[in-house]
Amino acid sequence: MLRFGTRRLLTSLITLFLVMVSSFFLSHVVPNNPALVFVGPQARQDEVARVTKQLGLDQPLVVQFWDYLKGLFAGDWGTSIATKQPVLHEILNRLPATLELLLAAMVTAGVVGTVLGVIAARHVGSPLDAVIRILSIGGVCLPTFWLGLLLQVVASHGGSPVLGRNSVNLQFLNPITHLTGFNTVDAALTGNWPAFVDTAQHLVLPALTLAAYPLGLVARMTRARMIEILEQDHTNYARIAGLSERTVVWRLALRNALPTTVTVSGLSLAYSLTGTFFVEVIFNWPGIGQFATDALLNSDYPAILGITLLGALGYLAINLAVDLVNARLDPRVRAS
Amino acid sequence: MIPLPPGTAETAGQTEAGDERAPDTFELPRPHAAFLPTRTRRVIATLRGDVLVIGGGLIVLAVIVTAIFAPWLAPYPGQGRGAVDVAHRGLAPSSAHWFGTDQLGRDILSRVIFGARPALVISVVVVVAAVVIGVALGSLAGYLGGWIDEILMRLTDVFLAFPPLLLTMIVAALLGPSLQHAVIALVISWWPWYARLVRTAAQSIRQRPYVEAARVSGAPTRRILRRHILRNSLNPVIVQATVDFGTVILAAGALAFLGLGAQPPTADWGLMVADGRTTVTTQWWIATFPGLAIFAIVLGANLLGDGLQNLLNPRAVRR
Repeated sequence: MLRFGTRRLLTSLITLFLVMVSSFFLSHVVPNNPALVFVGPQARQDEVARVTKQLGLDQPLVVQFWDYLKGLFAGDWGTSIATKQPVLHEILNRLPATLELLLAAMVTAGVVGTVLGVIAARHVGSPLDAVIRILSIGGVCLPTFWLGLLLQVVASHGGSPVLGRNSVNLQFLNPITHLTGFNTVDAALTGNWPAFVDTAQHLVLPALTLAAYPLGLVARMTRARMIEILEQDHTNYARIAGLSERTVVWRLALRNALPTTVTVSGLSLAYSLTGTFFVEVIFNWPGIGQFATDALLNSDYPAILGITLLGALGYLAINLAVDLVNARLDPRVRAS
Repeated sequence: MIPLPPGTAETAGQTEAGDERAPDTFELPRPHAAFLPTRTRRVIATLRGDVLVIGGGLIVLAVIVTAIFAPWLAPYPGQGRGAVDVAHRGLAPSSAHWFGTDQLGRDILSRVIFGARPALVISVVVVVAAVVIGVALGSLAGYLGGWIDEILMRLTDVFLAFPPLLLTMIVAALLGPSLQHAVIALVISWWPWYARLVRTAAQSIRQRPYVEAARVSGAPTRRILRRHILRNSLNPVIVQATVDFGTVILAAGALAFLGLGAQPPTADWGLMVADGRTTVTTQWWIATFPGLAIFAIVLGANLLGDGLQNLLNPRAVRR
């Protein structure tokens, strides 16, 4: 297990380094001069020259890259051109909001998706199965940016949509004491019920929007795997041995289907990382996604580099976690 | 839908009720399936798959036909191309405007119909380019192995180290927002999936006896690649390309929605959804119908892909 983990960690680190190299050089070769973006279109020539020197852009690329690497490990991810704030600072400030959204969506999707998949597999070919299959394929095909808007239409009844993380007046009436950074959790922990209701109301629609894709995928794959398992000899043996169908399905078969479910959840969590970009824009959710889309649209190179690194880091970490969990659940993975 | 890496490819939809099992496996009697002969059951299973293929195929066909005949199908072809009609802006769906009009008074139905054109062109260009690059590099790496394979796989590792669509968005943003750049960005982030897919297939085919035989009898590498490796590794590529036909439209729509893809006044579905975003609760029709078009084509491509997989890979169905 330890050797398996070390090997996977090493390959991930190598890939991450290659991502750093390629994204750095890409972002420094493609645009004409980042300093121009930094000072704005109306800047004087000497101003541009000064900023070029200040940002170290007159140095050879390799030197610049070395400085960039040193900065990364010292916690300096560069300064955002748009907000003039350190990129790492911006990202860390916004991380809890995005994590809260992701977590709410993934828990919903994982639990509901697995349960739906198992139910469908138990009643293969029935109308219930058909309904679940249609729901799951629909969830996978729905454009995130469209679903969010549809939910707003349905939930608002022609009024204004519920946007943001909480109501504007909440910070005056029932201010939230920040403990974990997850507003709903903090409100519940401190017994601040009006704030809890308010933040939960704001969380429901974005989380549902984000959950649609992973929910569909998890339900679909769990169903497929469960059908396979429910037909196998060892499952029939458990039935013959007199175990109740409930035990057979929910304890024995589901245990065997879990590696599939975990893998799919991981894959769709990775997909949802990008999904948050759209959900946050649509619901005005003050997370990393909003910062990222702004950075992308405004050619904010330091911020784009930071987002690139964060995205790759998150994605590789998720894949690593999935592999480790699977190795834990299934000894055969460890051996290979 | 994200293109799943090989090996995790879904096997759902192939496992219909009452699939035949190997005759020597012990089987608890099931009330309906057990009395039907094996062949009947297999035909039923295949037919069921076919219904899905037909449904998905019809949707895809409808979009292609719509794209070709857009000027004749659209009630207001001029507005489909971008002409504005401010006197009739923001109208709710009615008999004159089935899908309503947008903030510039353009007929949404006409624009949805014309929107099939950029969607189709983008998707065909991206999928074809990605398949050509991916298949060429993947079959080479898989068949030759060695350091070529090693370099190519590390390269795809980097491309695949991003959450789906993030790499596309970053490249599109670095190149500057425009439709051409969006297409380039989509190709850049799509080909590695095909390279991986083909490489895996090529690796297993390389060791088959008939390839060995061809090699021993002195067939040139190029011919082996073309006649044996390529032809036999194309099935998974065809399935994936069919699904991606929809996925690319979805991704291009997402880019346009953020402002990183097609630019106004193009009648692009993603752009139209973005247009209707701020007023969606009062003028729901502006964003709803273009989004519905994206949903339909993605669904159609997925159903078609599922069905094709059943047809091209009957072994997986019977299992």
